[in-house]
Amino acid sequence: MTQQTESTTPAQTQNKSSGRNRTTRHHMIAFGLIAAFVVIAPQFLYPVFVMKLLCFALFAMAFNLMLGFGGLLSFGHAAFFGGAAYAAGHAAKVWGWPPELAIAFAVLVGAAMGAAFGFVAIKSRGIYFAMITLAFAQMVYFYALQSPVTGGEDGLQSIPRNSLFGLVDLSSDGAFYWLVAVIFMIGILFVYRVIHSPFGEVLKGIRENEQRMISLGYQVQRYKLVTFIISAALSGLAGGTKALVFHLASLVDVHWTMSGEVVLMTLIGGMGTIFGPIIGAGVIVAMQNYLADLGSLVLIVQGLVFIVCVLTFREGIIGVLAKWLKTRL
Amino acid sequence: MTSRHKDGADYVLTAKGLTKVFGGIRAVDNVDLSVRRNTIHALIGPNGAGKTTCFNLLSKFLTPSSGTIKYEGQDVTALPPATIARQGMVRSFQISAVFASMSVLENVRLALQRRVHGPSFDFWRSVKCLHALEDEAVSLLEEVGLADFLHARAADLPYGRKRALEIATTLALDPQLLLLDEPLAGMGQEDIGRTSDLIKRVAQTRTVLMVEHNLSVVATLSDQITVLARGAVLAEGDYAAVSQNPAVVEAYIGEPHDTYD
Repeated sequence: MTQQTESTTPAQTQNKSSGRNRTTRHHMIAFGLIAAFVVIAPQFLYPVFVMKLLCFALFAMAFNLMLGFGGLLSFGHAAFFGGAAYAAGHAAKVWGWPPELAIAFAVLVGAAMGAAFGFVAIKSRGIYFAMITLAFAQMVYFYALQSPVTGGEDGLQSIPRNSLFGLVDLSSDGAFYWLVAVIFMIGILFVYRVIHSPFGEVLKGIRENEQRMISLGYQVQRYKLVTFIISAALSGLAGGTKALVFHLASLVDVHWTMSGEVVLMTLIGGMGTIFGPIIGAGVIVAMQNYLADLGSLVLIVQGLVFIVCVLTFREGIIGVLAKWLKTRL
Repeated sequence: MTSRHKDGADYVLTAKGLTKVFGGIRAVDNVDLSVRRNTIHALIGPNGAGKTTCFNLLSKFLTPSSGTIKYEGQDVTALPPATIARQGMVRSFQISAVFASMSVLENVRLALQRRVHGPSFDFWRSVKCLHALEDEAVSLLEEVGLADFLHARAADLPYGRKRALEIATTLALDPQLLLLDEPLAGMGQEDIGRTSDLIKRVAQTRTVLMVEHNLSVVATLSDQITVLARGAVLAEGDYAAVSQNPAVVEAYIGEPHDTYD
């Protein structure tokens, strides 16, 4: 921020860099709060619940990269989440892989699926893109339903967590929590870096004016494809971790309602924001957990919350908060 | 890289038999066009003459039904628009195509990023590595008179300044051939003067092909004028020749008086 001082007036530079610094400071504070929550949460919340929350927050962040920054509404992200859950489950259960390798394998499977689906889907846009991604996800769903590898209706059950690096026993939830916490924090930092990279700047440009980016010589389709693959890989990270948390990979993970839920989380939290999806995931997961007594009424409550969100604050919870604080979150 | 024609002239861009059919309507019909190096070439015509279609064909945003386009002697008819942009033929848009929520500086930086970093997918690097481009961005913005607006949001600029920003963004790619789509449309007198001067300055070392609706505004600006009507070339030559041409005068009848001065 100092390179430009010579050529601009001091007042402007100060303005701009203080603006940049202020936003960065707010982001640092938000990171601090999230890190503090992750560390303290298992003291007063059920660790499995917090792990579920972190997995879905990661999933929503991955999805938001696609929708909020790539400008593409995918309706098939369950395929990456669920597909990776099966992959991690299979690696841990059948091959006996340690958790770090099982999850890495899940990320690779997510990325590979993203590359394959994205290659076809990226050529279309809007509702067509949503439909093609949905169609792919349904194919994955029916494969999971029929294939003996995925266990059909039973899914993969009692997936072992095994030992980290073959050394550290992670069978207790308390111990496994810290692995999930580390994965989650790395996930946030990674997303933050992608958004604040030269690549992220190109994505912003494409979101604002795709035609102009083409005329500037950017190969827009390739940038979208890379975004799709990153998003799918991160969804795989979330799905693979989730499979080990619950010892389970099931049809729920690849069902289209899962794709719908992640859209919901992102929109409620605030799409195109860094921290919105985390809050959105928190709201939805908390509702599912604490309103579980209501049975299927939870869906109606979810629907109402969604309608209220869309009608009253379209920027999402974080969007409103950012407006109050006059910053970008 | 250069292409010398039989007559010895040096052309940057040549189109032969350019035709575009939209569902039976020949929007552009067998147009030949040659743009000479380091000149300002204007493509004008009344409403519905096919100039925007023609422009979109030349800039590759539309694919011609038939005909060929050569840029620097190379056949570019089948190339995608991003590719020819990287080869130095860069277009602007009729509706101000700025990145609205970005700052003026960031708009230009985004174009510089493509030229300097190439088409990289470096999502692991910090955006701070782009700050090194800002000196050059500032000097480009100074060139178009936007030095006082570096950190303004592009959306907040007045119309004429947006066009200037768009030209600065285009110049950041160091293009050999600029395709400007109605760069003076919708401007007040003062903005027209400033932008015309800017285009003239730019054209000292580059070639400019611009689409304009009004004959009068390109009078002092262009070296060569091609008049389109109903998708075909009606007349070609400098302003003096074209403006006296009876067919051109007739084509513009029914238009407001000031369009043909």
